[in-house]
Amino acid sequence: MNAPEQKLTFKDFASDQEVRWCPGCGDYAILKTIQKLMPEFDTPKENTVFISGIGCSSRFPYYMNTYGFHTIHGRAPSVATGVKLANPDLDVWVVTGDGDGLSIGGNHMLHVLRRNVDLQLLLFNNETYGLTKGQYSPTSRVGTRSPSTPDGSLDMPLRPCTFAIGAGARFVARSIDTEAKHLAPVLRRAHEHVGASFVEIYQNCPVYNDGIFEYIKDKKTATETRLLLEHGKPLIFGQDNEKGIRLNAQELKLEVVHIDQDGVSEADLVVHDETNKVLAQMLAELKSPEFPEPIGVLYCNPASAYHADVYEQRDAIRLKKGPADLNALLRSGHNWTVN
Amino acid sequence: MSVVEDMSNVESQANVVQHVVVRFAGDSGDGMQLTGNNFTQATAIYGNDLSTYPDFPAEIRAPIGSTFGVSAFQICFGSEDVTTAGDQVDVLVAMNPAALITNLKDLVVGGLVIVDSDTFTDRNLTRAGYKSNPLEDGALDAYRLLAIDITKQVVEVVKPHGLSHKFAVRCKNMWTLGLTMWLFDRSRDAAIQGLRTKFAHLPEIAEANVEALNAGHTYGETAELPTGIEVYKVPPADVAPGLYRNTTGTEAMAYGLIAGGQLAELPIVFASYPITPASGLLHTLSTQKQFDVVTFQAEDEIAAVCTALGASFAGSLGVTSSSGPGISLKGEAISLACATELPLIVINTQRGGPSTGLPTKTEQSDLNQALFGRHADTSLPVISASTPSDCFDVAIEAVRIATKFRTPVLILSDGYIANASQPWRVPDFNDYESFPVKFEEEPTGFSPANRDPETLARVWAKPGTKGLEHRIGGIEKSFETGDISYDPDNHQKMTDVRKAKIDGIAKYIPQQDVVIGRGSGKLAVVGWGSTYGAIYQGVKRCREEGLDVSHIQVRHLWPLPSNLGDLLSKFDSILVPEMNTGQFVEVIRSRFLIDAQRINKVSGQPFKIKEIEEAIKAQLESLK
Ligand SMILES: Cc1ncc(C[n+]2csc(CCOP(=O)(O)OP(=O)(O)O)c2C)c(N)n1
Ligand code: SF4
Ligand SMILES: [Mg+2]
Repeated sequence: MNAPEQKLTFKDFASDQEVRWCPGCGDYAILKTIQKLMPEFDTPKENTVFISGIGCSSRFPYYMNTYGFHTIHGRAPSVATGVKLANPDLDVWVVTGDGDGLSIGGNHMLHVLRRNVDLQLLLFNNETYGLTKGQYSPTSRVGTRSPSTPDGSLDMPLRPCTFAIGAGARFVARSIDTEAKHLAPVLRRAHEHVGASFVEIYQNCPVYNDGIFEYIKDKKTATETRLLLEHGKPLIFGQDNEKGIRLNAQELKLEVVHIDQDGVSEADLVVHDETNKVLAQMLAELKSPEFPEPIGVLYCNPASAYHADVYEQRDAIRLKKGPADLNALLRSGHNWTVN
Repeated sequence: MSVVEDMSNVESQANVVQHVVVRFAGDSGDGMQLTGNNFTQATAIYGNDLSTYPDFPAEIRAPIGSTFGVSAFQICFGSEDVTTAGDQVDVLVAMNPAALITNLKDLVVGGLVIVDSDTFTDRNLTRAGYKSNPLEDGALDAYRLLAIDITKQVVEVVKPHGLSHKFAVRCKNMWTLGLTMWLFDRSRDAAIQGLRTKFAHLPEIAEANVEALNAGHTYGETAELPTGIEVYKVPPADVAPGLYRNTTGTEAMAYGLIAGGQLAELPIVFASYPITPASGLLHTLSTQKQFDVVTFQAEDEIAAVCTALGASFAGSLGVTSSSGPGISLKGEAISLACATELPLIVINTQRGGPSTGLPTKTEQSDLNQALFGRHADTSLPVISASTPSDCFDVAIEAVRIATKFRTPVLILSDGYIANASQPWRVPDFNDYESFPVKFEEEPTGFSPANRDPETLARVWAKPGTKGLEHRIGGIEKSFETGDISYDPDNHQKMTDVRKAKIDGIAKYIPQQDVVIGRGSGKLAVVGWGSTYGAIYQGVKRCREEGLDVSHIQVRHLWPLPSNLGDLLSKFDSILVPEMNTGQFVEVIRSRFLIDAQRINKVSGQPFKIKEIEEAIKAQLESLK
């Protein structure tokens, strides 16, 4: 019997590289949470791979003492697909930003999700292009002033979770950079889920977009602005859990109601069902200040992962065709002998 | 005496000719490619050397009878070595007026033209642009015409099989094939077998086609044909003994990649995005799942190359393939492969450009892109295939270099090589020397920056290996540690090392040889890629006339063979034929300071032998 492996700690997952994000960057907190989380998993450290594109967030792999590949802007999902296809035993994480994952890499994100490649895809959403010094991004709110939009941005932002669900992702969640107590369990769920797991992480960029998520992070307002999702539990929020979300069946939309007012009781509220895609879509669209914003697992409805299907199909064909023989292949079809 | 004079000379012994060029032309729905392939197979089995040139329109289903919807298949076969599909056509089979008007210019004077007279209706004639019927107005007087009511014959023959008129007419191509097989004394067995396999689930259709094929043959045997039209003998070629098959460049490339993977002892991940004329490789490899090959149709070319590179990072051999426009998209990721020093194979099946250009026609205009078409100093090995069967060895060579030196390797093929077919003496795979990859496994002293002192190849440590966890990426890395480094001296050093590694590959590739002719003299014609066949014949014919000319064919376009400069300097003059405006010639001029001359053609059609011959003679003349 093998000697029991020594238990790893978060230090084992920290590389010797100096972390070079700006002081106070939300990325630090995410890194710490992940480094602490890794030892919990059964995955051998050498089977863990972090792959990123380009951006502040995409520097992430350099700081993890695992295998890592810092690739090119927007393409991490594709590189990760290749890694997983080549070696399905690897536990592959993709770290991307709102620009990397939804702007230049939007196409790959769409396809990696619909293909259900078994990856954890973490999108650090700071609603800006941090690395290129603060231009607005596809998730920036209308009116965002930035070096490229000095008079305010005009185009409608994309909601990452809406995008992911629309693309056919089978696992979609949202969490917050500095809230390890929430982020860690969400990441644990993402890791557990076989297939593409998409996690949007609200991330503060103190240099170019400071405080944009304060409404949901600040303890004073958080009770009003966040909707903590738990499978099988009613959608309740508010200082005293006095409010909830109800389905307006006439208009097919969600609405905020006060429990014990106008005859509303807890029984009238929507009960969160992670496997309900329509509900997940509606939740993903809820925006502050009209609504509290859902955090937690919006959607989880597993299906077989791409690499598994690829190898299953291949195994079946191999069984049918028998052993591969190149000389036989070269001699297949019509051939003739010249003496 | 020309082939045709030979052929029309009834007195000549049972009409024996040395080589013949036949072209089947018809509507894209007429099945000309299938006809051509069947005829090719029969010819190969007969024992002639041959070369084919399928030429089809970009439109999938062009309007019936239109000139731009004409699809053609040309084959040259003979008793001597055949390396091109032939300059001029001896026998033209034209299934409608559009096929006749677009192909007649290539028929030699006195050549045989076989037409389906039933298709020469007023409507079709007008659509093809004929003012009057060429079968009646004397327009074909310079040729020997065989006008047969093929449609009527076919419909009659397949009647017992109960096919609708539409399906009955579709058997026309087999009838024509039967007649052509009679003309050249080919066996119908393989074609019949092929039809029965192809339509196994539709036996009525299969039998109708077989019947049509036989009827065409019988027509040749029994009908009263004009004098001079009878069976021609093209005796088998005297080729090296061995087992032969036909292969297209696409097939040979696919098999070569599989072979390369086996020799390197690596599984292959082949990721691609469809584009003409490169898609065939994806299709072919997708049918070979019994080998260690995973194929992946990505969402675009960028995703394809990135998937391949990710696979290489994880310890497989990543391969991606496209044509020029798609290779443009892959550029950034190819540079990443150069920066991270991972193996990667990129295959460019070139087509006419720029942009969509001539997607179904051939060109060699992506050489500059291959050599220089990326950001920054990213030199990488570029090798080219000269013939369809050459693709097999070229693919293996690419895998050898990519894995040994941990670098992307670019293979240049083209639409002509990919689609043309050629008899191939099937190699015995056991004769190939393996070059198994050794992954790093030892944690002591490990750094991702470690290099083989001799080849300068960076260490390859794959994820999953305990104790070797490390990070790679596009940011410049320290030569010593592999950590991120913005140090100016380090960047200089890393740039130099990356270049030295690629330059050093020249020590590990074969010396440049001469295909035919001497290693010095008046003139060397230097080719690369699919111009091989025309150059070979052109040089051969000129040498038969006593001219001092040699043929040099360069496979390794970067780095160049170390003796190439010396070799070229031994000739008074250098001529470089290319299907572009002159790209390799510029490389030679700047690299060796040699006043190399050029001959260029970018019409979407391969060089004719005659064009090469004329260029050789003009060049030699200018030396006087
Ligand atoms: C092909 C290419 N285009 C543009 C850039 C420049 N660039 C680097 S990062 C970036 C945006 C990053 O934004 P995001 O993904 O949100 O990451 P953040 O820095 O905010 O974490 C851009 C435009 C690049 N590196 N490569
Ligand atoms: S620019 Fe913003 S996102 Fe980038 S490191 Fe600095 S704080 Fe973090
Ligand atoms: Mg960002």
